Amino acid sequence: MLYKKTLHELMDLVKNKKITPKEVYDSVLDRIHKKESEINAYVTVFEEYKENASGGELLGLPIAIKDNMHIDGKPTTCSSKILSNFVAVFDATAVKKLRENGATFIGKTNLDEFAMGSSTETSYYGVTKNPWDTTRVPGGSSGGSAAAVASGEAIAALGSDTGGSIRQPASLCGVVGLKPTYGRVSRFGLVAFASSLDQIGPITRDVRDAAILLSIICGHDPMDSTSANVDCEDFTKYLNQPISGMKVGVYEAALKDCDNVVQKAMDDSIKILESLGCEVKSIELPHAKYAVSDYYIIAPAEASSNLARYDGVKYGFRASNFDDLKDMYIKTRSEGFGDEVKRRIMLGTYVLSSGYYDAYYLKAQKLRYLIKQDFDNIFKDFDCIVSPTTPTEAFKIGEKADKPLQMYLSDIFTIPANLTGIPAISIPNGLGDNGLPLGLQIMADAFREDVIFKVASAFEREFNLRDKLPLD
Amino acid sequence: MVDRDEVKRVAKLAMLELKEDQIDKFAAQFNEILEYMEQINELDLSNCEAAFHITELQNVFREDEVKPSMDRDVILKNAPETDGESFKVPKVIER
Repeated sequence: MLYKKTLHELMDLVKNKKITPKEVYDSVLDRIHKKESEINAYVTVFEEYKENASGGELLGLPIAIKDNMHIDGKPTTCSSKILSNFVAVFDATAVKKLRENGATFIGKTNLDEFAMGSSTETSYYGVTKNPWDTTRVPGGSSGGSAAAVASGEAIAALGSDTGGSIRQPASLCGVVGLKPTYGRVSRFGLVAFASSLDQIGPITRDVRDAAILLSIICGHDPMDSTSANVDCEDFTKYLNQPISGMKVGVYEAALKDCDNVVQKAMDDSIKILESLGCEVKSIELPHAKYAVSDYYIIAPAEASSNLARYDGVKYGFRASNFDDLKDMYIKTRSEGFGDEVKRRIMLGTYVLSSGYYDAYYLKAQKLRYLIKQDFDNIFKDFDCIVSPTTPTEAFKIGEKADKPLQMYLSDIFTIPANLTGIPAISIPNGLGDNGLPLGLQIMADAFREDVIFKVASAFEREFNLRDKLPLD
Repeated sequence: MVDRDEVKRVAKLAMLELKEDQIDKFAAQFNEILEYMEQINELDLSNCEAAFHITELQNVFREDEVKPSMDRDVILKNAPETDGESFKVPKVIER
């Protein structure tokens, strides 16, 4: 049952010649064949094992990639009809770095169309189910990656996070999801949704695997002018360190909007942090309550611009019946995009349109600065901030599908880290009334992933869901 | 308040065409979302700086050198219609 093991366990086994990477690949493939009809975590599965002879530290072990990042020669659909026939012609930098470090790739995971959603229900390729309870959503937009890792359909995966799209599904599926600092990982080859917010990160079964993958994919890239000129480091050195004396802020105002089980899990988490010697204090982030409003002005505005490129000319789907060039653009876009993508493009077009720019977009950018200042002030006195990752456990499929505002509010705790560019992780911190996983979010100052790994690794030793994951 | 005409205006700007029932649904959903966003008007933002980027980005300069880019046939691989050299689109100029 190799598919049940973590990446670092498998690395040790391969290194010691106990197993081959092909055996791991086959074990995961078998698991996919067994579970995929039930879970639908993948858009494309690569049935054939292609050896990676680079000798890199991942030693040929398979990684799953969210289907909005390019793997040369493989389809990148973004779970949209408009890219349903697109085949990538280069590797995303994160993919290239994995490849250079010995990874193989097992498939492209499902997502909300163009990563716009919190439930993976808006995919053109059907909804992904939560492996803990298949009547519920896995979260989103990286729901395919999180469900695959939680169910054994993948050992580890990459996701992307614009407003919580790595952390929220990781939380709802009981796994670990890390959004690095904006600029830490190159966005080259990640299909753009909202360029000032998007960031690639790992989804894994434990904190060590997240540290291993981040250490590989991080680093400056001349192909992404927003990638930060910060040295790569081996983040595994921050694991298993004492965290006594660490100053932890609790974003308490958040808790009043949460389910009771989520509050209870937070209380327990605070006790664990205190028992580890952390100084835990309540903090205030006066502008954080405006984060959802701020985000749903800025992200759609950027999306409306980024998605203007889908016009049926250079790549992707083109409508077959149209009168002239302009009609071809309109028909292609109207037939190629789903409702949520149309909604966001239009919301963005609206807030940027003449007469509304000052009332929405400019205000949102000012507010973004205030939210950033709130966090800067806290990080003068605190090492990290903790909150629940989500206000509820996984919701039922269909429950919020036609209620966009309700769906948007499920990202209320994750959005601030994107608006401010800071790193944040979600790790399991309890089980709800229905036996479904809950997540603890740990946020640190920009480029302080070291703090996140220290606290997450120490917390994980006290509480984890390793034995409860739906891997059987 | 976003009405049907406003939804149609925005759709047109975004090069989208909505079905009749979609127009009403989108109008209702936009109003609900925009009403929620009204909360930001509680704040006096008149003297605030705007954060167009948040990670203290610096200008990235590079030499203006000619470097190889992707081959034409690779670029054209995903195009819906080409003549082998260019992307083909429906005729734009009336004769």
